[in-house]
Order: sequence, then structure tokens, then C-alpha cells
Amino acid sequence: MCRLALKTANEPFSPYEVLTAMEAMKEGYDGSGLGLLLRGLRFDCFKYNSSHPVLSGIAHSEDAWKRLNTIMEQRGYELIHDHKFVTETSLIEAKDRYRYFLRVYKMPADFEQKSEVEIENELMLTRLFLRANGEENGNDLTAFSFWPDVAIIKEVGWPLEIGEALALYDNRLTSRVCMAQGRQNTNYGINLYACHPFFIQGIATMTNGENTAFVPIRDWLLGQHFPGYTGYQSDSEVFAHILHYTLKQLKLPLQAYKHIITPLNNAELSKHPQGAFLKGLRNACRRLIIDGPNAVIGTLPDETCLLVMDQKKMRPATVGGRDGAWAMASEMCGVAAMIPDRDPSLDFQPMREHTIIVPPDRKELTIWSQLDPYPLAQVA
Amino acid sequence: MVSARSVSVGPSSLSYTDLPWIIQHREDRCTLCGHCTAVCPKEAIYLAYRRQRMPKLDVLKKSRGNEYRTFVGIRQKTTMANACIGCSMCTMVCPNEAIMPVPNTNEHRTLFFHNQKGQPQTRGGRRNVSGPNLLDRIMFNRISMLTDPALDAGRHEFNLTTTLGRTLAPEEFLKRQREGGWIPPTREIFPFVIGSMSFGALSPNMWLGLLQGVAYCNEVLGIPVVMCTGEGGCPPWVLKSPYLKYIVLQIASGYFGWDEIIRAIPDMQCDPAAIEIKYGQGAKPGDGGLLMWFKVSKLIARLRGVPEGVDLPSPPVHQTLYSIEESVMKMIQTMSTAFGHKVPVYPKISASTSAKSVLNNLVRNPYAGGLLIDGIDGGTGAAYNVSMDATGHPIASNVRECYLDLVAQGKQNEIPIFAAGGIGKNGNVTQNGMALIMLGASGVHIGKYIMQSVAGCLGNEKSRCNVCNVGICPKGITSQNPKLYRRLDPDLVAERVSEVFMSISTEAKKIMAPLGRSQSLPVGMSDALGISDKDAADRLGIKYVC
Repeated sequence: MCRLALKTANEPFSPYEVLTAMEAMKEGYDGSGLGLLLRGLRFDCFKYNSSHPVLSGIAHSEDAWKRLNTIMEQRGYELIHDHKFVTETSLIEAKDRYRYFLRVYKMPADFEQKSEVEIENELMLTRLFLRANGEENGNDLTAFSFWPDVAIIKEVGWPLEIGEALALYDNRLTSRVCMAQGRQNTNYGINLYACHPFFIQGIATMTNGENTAFVPIRDWLLGQHFPGYTGYQSDSEVFAHILHYTLKQLKLPLQAYKHIITPLNNAELSKHPQGAFLKGLRNACRRLIIDGPNAVIGTLPDETCLLVMDQKKMRPATVGGRDGAWAMASEMCGVAAMIPDRDPSLDFQPMREHTIIVPPDRKELTIWSQLDPYPLAQVA
Repeated sequence: MVSARSVSVGPSSLSYTDLPWIIQHREDRCTLCGHCTAVCPKEAIYLAYRRQRMPKLDVLKKSRGNEYRTFVGIRQKTTMANACIGCSMCTMVCPNEAIMPVPNTNEHRTLFFHNQKGQPQTRGGRRNVSGPNLLDRIMFNRISMLTDPALDAGRHEFNLTTTLGRTLAPEEFLKRQREGGWIPPTREIFPFVIGSMSFGALSPNMWLGLLQGVAYCNEVLGIPVVMCTGEGGCPPWVLKSPYLKYIVLQIASGYFGWDEIIRAIPDMQCDPAAIEIKYGQGAKPGDGGLLMWFKVSKLIARLRGVPEGVDLPSPPVHQTLYSIEESVMKMIQTMSTAFGHKVPVYPKISASTSAKSVLNNLVRNPYAGGLLIDGIDGGTGAAYNVSMDATGHPIASNVRECYLDLVAQGKQNEIPIFAAGGIGKNGNVTQNGMALIMLGASGVHIGKYIMQSVAGCLGNEKSRCNVCNVGICPKGITSQNPKLYRRLDPDLVAERVSEVFMSISTEAKKIMAPLGRSQSLPVGMSDALGISDKDAADRLGIKYVC
């Protein structure tokens, strides 16, 4: 079973802190991989303007590295910072890692005439182009994200060892939000892209447990022919895409996410003040009903963090913290490792109907219930 | 050897061993009560008097002669019209276990004489091919072992309903919601639907029992089962009752029964579950419905608005001025309008290599609420044997390719596909149904299985019984003769309906739990399926396992 840890704090912190939480939760999983997503980036030797997109990934050969540079130049991106990881390759299981990269680019000048949607699509298409280019060349180039203020690292192996291999403890790279997931051994084979968190246009999610409704959901998402709905090396990738679909395509409020992935049943909806609408929404989005995972933890571009449980809630996740710093984890000990100076009696384990939100101000938790009135005005 | 002329034999002469069923009668047990001959629906047996010569030789008197003994016994007729159908009603009524039909294990000659008077064989039942079918061989093999705690079929909550009716694409739903547009009606129903069997094909007691059972499933057990009328309408008291919401009303090419339905619309307390427009039937593609004169009783005649005792063949196609597409489009729209656009309307077609074109037509018809595809193994009350045995298309690959066609368009389940035809043919109703659901069906229709399981229909795929068409159903299921249908107690039928659906519900959970599914019906979860037949696996796009 995968282990999940998220920390969000007003003051940037080292991702290594979250890796220690992964270590605290190490019992019960096979430590076959690590995925890290950082938001609210701060580089110790570079003053980062958070509107500049950051490209993260792995070049597995020098040739791939050269192609990467060429492609980015051809698409008009100007490199303004290249974060070099201090890499101890002997700690990495895989042997074909030429270079881990985290590069800040300046967008082409003609982007000023483009709409926000066009720019977002262009960034996504660039990432997908790099990914496709790597796949065409024997998987020698892996691109995880290309987005402002977001960095992603994924690798096979024990999370703490990977952190040490990349010297993540050195505080050269810190962030206000860090998501980490351990395990890459999915039912669909070991693959770098199969590691959570999954990312699409600023939206990221990670999950523990198996999504048994994966294939019908994947089939439907593929049928939408949206270029970013691709990959699916893991059955959990669809959660990020459903969240993206909810917020970006349907333009629904965040509350709708839970109503789409785990809708209320008929008896509950018949008593709900917006039952008729929600029943219609459940019908229309029936193909996106999930089955099986336990916790879905996500982050949005404005640094909002969310946690929802599957309808069955077999393995409760926990959220806890204090004003200014919050943690979400698949195990209680993970929260304790990330924020030891909180009041543990205020830790909260969401029920099946809850959506936990840590807003960007990080003052207090918001708990939405599906049984609460739904913000219809935002739909209309 | 005697001369041929002394033996009464013609081209169609048959002996016991030429018949599919041979009556075994034990004279030593027979009480001559006559129950068996009275109950036999085919009049296949009769009480016969026989004389036996007993040679008498008195040696002392040097005389010889004969004495004669008469005895009585049950004999079997060997004419085609009276050939035993193996229903075993004689055995059921015999107080002394003196009689029973035994299947003829040799090939039998009646196969060649089913065309008396130039009339090809007509019968009820379904394709007479027995043994495990493709659906029976599908395994559910994607078991959640490592990554998720297993589900408990007995304790966890399972959502076993499906949607009948058109589902809009999410964007379109929200747009119409904002603009106050029409949202097509849908129903949340149990995915195993009692398929269309008409009030005419079925006896009044069978129909009443089914309806009682369906109402019990809905109102007491919480299993939202619906049943379909088939062509021929519905008794007026049902149309005006609150039970109408459990009924799918069928309109077919004969339009029988629809005068009554249209007249009843103003008095309806609730809307019907749906309207089914029958364009084709898996058991007899290209044929309309057929209710033979034996079954057109006074009640049926009144419901259908026809004289008593006449054959009621529906035309093979609906009346159309221009094309079938125009007819489908207009009928769907008309029926939707008739019920105020509050009732899902969907067509039923025979499984066919052309099913996809019908489906794509429906995708573009905003009023279409689904598509029911009926495969070659579907049952019927009356059809030509050649239609049943040789015409049509198996359901599995047909449903699968239709579903995948929708997947390619991102429209799966917008038009829910329902599958019918041979589900539960060998008793594995839940397994067959769930396999079709995972191949892409939103639900399945079951007719013959229901007759067999809730009313004890004796028909099988080895030509047993299969006399639904002539109104002599020995169990009273498909007869309009009160002497026969009084044998069927509607209360007991209703009890069996509830037992069957409780059992299907439990079995469905036992299938879904190990797959880690509980939140929604696993429509299109083809990754859970495997079959030990490489060609079938390739055709269906599922795993080949061995």
C-alpha cells in the first residue's frame, strides 16, 4: 500500500522533512519508489519569479539532454536558471540517469498576446512533446512537469535514499508545499511515470490503494480527446485528470469533485437541498465514479491543499497541524513526523462525505460535507 | 417374412424409438385412474384395451385351443401431432409412479417430419443448441490482492443499480441546467430486467405473479426491478395503478394494445419506467411478433382490440413512409412527446452486424434513451424453428463492439446499451449478466430464465416442451386456457421472483467484491475478464487465460 505525505507551511521548508515522514510510515510498504511535488518554490542561489515555468524531469543520456535543449529553444523558451542537483548516483538503483533537471524558463515573448487558456495548453503540450520525444527514443527523456512554481522528482527506490542521493537535505531547494508518495510498484508495471503525484496543468493528486474502476474511467477520459488525458501507467492517474476535468473543463467549484468521484446515494440525495441537481450531476458523471482507493490528496495552483476519502474509507487518512503549517498523511505517524508541535487531539480523519481543505492562508482547516448545501450559484 | 402389404407403414410412419421421448409405463403399478391421459397437453398417451391370446393345450384330452385375456394399459401415439414433448406432467400426476417419459438417446426421426402439410416447424423456446455458451466460459479474474483491502460481499455497501435513459455529456448537462433546458429522464434500476413477454404470450396468472413479485422487490426488498410488457399492451387496471412505474411498455410493429394505453394516459398515477420500441427480436430477426389464434382469448382480444381466436402476426417492420431511420427517429420522438418527455424511450433490435449503425443513429437522436440488443439465444413464444436456430447474431461480441464504438467517441453509457439473448441459458444468470456488463452493457434483460426459475417452465434446448406457441403450456405459464393457467399460483410465482432477485443481488456482490468494486456497477470493466479461448479473447478484447 502506498504511503502519502503532504506538508504545507507559510515558511518554505526542505522536502527532506517530508521524506522523514515517509520513513516514519515505512512499515507496511515496499519502498519501491518516490514521487515528490514541490510548490511555492524557493532556490537558495536564485531569486525565482513564480510566474516562470519550471521544467522538471530526467535526461537518461547526453543525447536526450541535447535534444531537450534544442526542443525548448525551438519552442521559444529561454533558460534563466538551471538547478543542478548534487547527485550521488551510487545510491540510485537505476543506472541510466544522466541528469535530473529542474530548469526555470522564460516564456516566449509572443505569449503576451495569448489567453491564459492558450498559455496553459502550450505549457502542457510542451511537456507532452518532450515526453513523446523521450518515448520515441527508447525512454531516454522523462518530463514530469512544466508549470510555474511546480517541481516534480520521481525515482525508483527507498524515498530517504533517493532524498540522500539528490542531497535534498541541503536546503538549496525549499518550498511551501510538498507532496510525497512512496511506491512505484503498481499493478501496471514499474514505470517512472507511474509514480504519484500526478500532474496536469497545475493540478496534482496522489492516492493510496487501488482504483478498481480504472479501466472504464480511463476509457472515458481517453474518449474526451484532451491531449493531457494520456499516460495512465497507474490506475491513480485518473484522479488528477478528474480533478482537472471538474475544475478546468466543467468549471465547477472544488466542492463538486467529491460529488463526482463518490456521489451520494439516492436516499441521501432525496434529502439534500440540491438533490435534484446532484442526481443529474451523478448521472452525467457516472463514468467518473471511483472505486477502491483510500485517500486522495491534492494541491492546486493557489497552494490550496485537499484531502478526500473513498466512499468505503477503509484506511482513514489524517490531517493535523496548526496555524501556518498543516500536514496530511496516509498514516497518523506521518502527520506527527511532519508537524510534531501541533495539538494531536485536534487531528482529523475525514469521513466518506468530507472534503478537507487547507486554504492558501493556512490559518485553519475547512471541512466540507457532501450533505451540506452545494454552492449552486457557482454552477449557474 | 410377411409381405409388405400386411404391415401398415407409410413414409411418415414412426415407432416409439423414432420419437424424442418414449413413454415408459409400468402396468403393474398403474391404477387406471386416467390422470396422466387427462393431463397430457399433447394427447400423446391413451388408455388402450388389448387382447392377449393364451394358447391352451390339454394333453390328456388331446385338445388344443386358445383362451383370451383382455388387459388395459397406457400407450403412446406415434403421430407427429401427438409426439410426446417430455414435459413429464404424466409423472407429476401419477399417484403410483407408474409412468414417465424417457429421452430417446438415439437420434430420432421426428426431425425429418416437422413439416407436415407443408408447414415448417414452429415452436416456442429458443435456439436449440445446448451446452456451455461463450458467456458461461468467461471468468472474472482481476482479483484485488495486494493493493486494496478486500471487500466483504456480506457487509459492505454495494451500489447495484444502473441508469436507464439517456445521460448527457457533463458539459451539456451543466449547460442545460444553467439555461433551464430539457434534461432527459433517467431511471435507476436493477441491471437485470425482466424482458419483454407479452400479456398474451404469458397467462394472466403468470403476468400477475411477475408483477406482484416485481412490486415486492421494489417496495419491500429495495431491489428496483422493472419488467417489460412485450407487445400487446397491459391490463387497464395496471395502467392506472401505482405499479406502472415498474413497467416498461413495449410498442411493436402491430401496435397491439396501444389504444388502451393511450386512452389510459390521462388516468395514469405515475409514469411507466420506460417505453420500448421493438424493431427486432434476437430469437426471430426479421419477424414481427406472433400470437397464434389458440391464445387470443376474450381478454386478450379486448386488450388488443381484435376479434377472438384469430392469428395476430405483427409485420416484420414498422410502417414507414420514407425509411427505417425516419421511422425510428419519429417514433422515438413521438413516444417521448406522448409521455411529456418524462419517460425514457429506447428501441430494441436484433443483434446484428449492422447494430453499430443503429447505435450511431441513436447517438444523434436527442430523444433516444438507450438501445436494447437481443442476441440469437433469445427466447420467443412463437417462431419458425429455422429463425430461432439459425438466424441472428450472438450477443457478446455485438455488445462489445457497440460499446467500444461509443468509447472511441467518449460517449459510453450516454446511450446505455442493454443486452439480451441467452443470459442464464444454463442457469448462470448472474455470471452471464455480469460478464456482459463488464463487456460494456449497462444491464441485461432476462425472459426465458425468468420463466424457468420463477414458474418452472420445462422448456430446454434439447427440444423439451417448446410448445408455448400453441397455448398448451403444461405449467400454465404461456397459456390462455383457464384450465391450464389455474395450475399456476400467482402468489407462488411472486415469491419465486423475489427469491430469484435476492439471489442475483447476492451473487452480483460476490462477483464484484473480489474485483474491488462496490461503488458503481462495473460497466465496461473489461480488465476483469478472461477466457480460455484465444480467438474469443481477441475478438472481445479481454485476456486470454489458460
